[in-house]
Amino acid sequence: MENFTPVSALIGGTLIGLSAVLLMALNGRVAGISGLLGTALFGAPGDRAWRICFLGGMIAAPLIMLLIPGEARPSLAVDITASWPLLILGGLLVGFGTRLGSGCTSGHGVCGLSRLSARSLISVLVFMAVGMVTVTLMRGSLAGLIAGGAT
Amino acid sequence: MMRNLAAGLAGLIFGLGLVIAQMTNPAKVLAFLDIFGAWDPSLALVMGSALAVTAIGYRLAWRRRGPVLGGDFALPTASQIDVRLAAGAVMFGAGWGLVGLCPGPALTVLTIGGPPVWIFGTAMLAGMVAFRFLPAPTGKSA
Repeated sequence: MENFTPVSALIGGTLIGLSAVLLMALNGRVAGISGLLGTALFGAPGDRAWRICFLGGMIAAPLIMLLIPGEARPSLAVDITASWPLLILGGLLVGFGTRLGSGCTSGHGVCGLSRLSARSLISVLVFMAVGMVTVTLMRGSLAGLIAGGAT
Repeated sequence: MMRNLAAGLAGLIFGLGLVIAQMTNPAKVLAFLDIFGAWDPSLALVMGSALAVTAIGYRLAWRRRGPVLGGDFALPTASQIDVRLAAGAVMFGAGWGLVGLCPGPALTVLTIGGPPVWIFGTAMLAGMVAFRFLPAPTGKSA
């Protein structure tokens, strides 16, 4: 657990929650990113504007962080090890799967669970479990643990 | 106009939260999913704190008759646990585990993530487009 960053995790999570509450209190809408994106792209014209604004705000966030002087700035690292074929396969699965399952980490994980939605609970349990199995298989973590004993 | 501004502000705060929590770093997300490896529980704290704030904040917001900027509270109405929900979550979980990106972080790092993020993002959009060719479920909408 040497990479555990509890303070930044709590600050970041609180901000994400605050954003979801703001969008509900002011606009009456749920902050589910896959749904926002799908409707921003393919929805009726009247539904698009505020969603595009939300997504634009998200994209602007790291650029604003760049204005913070170097040593005070939180890490902006984006470390991706997946090969191109895996990036394409992963992207296709995430895009199709989030639309088919009506949500992702934000819509089901944050907004849905806080509404005590049974659908969201099932979704989160399934995608968390499948994500963990996928990483374990890809990295051979379990096999390594068994072969290497306690590490 | 005000609704668009409010949404832009909410989006900015959401993005800042993701970046500060380093949920925009796939290596960090994969370290959370790697429960048998060098496990990093940070993502659980991010989700937990976001959930706590949202659960309380939503209930405060719902004390009003409607949203501050007009209109109605629009909440998802679907309640059935069906194959589409489960299959979608399986596909999403697999793609998430392969790369370490989900839709929010993928969009947030569009400008700083470089080619791997653009490839993933393009494929994600293609997946969303492909979904539009899937016949709608018979009966009620998802």
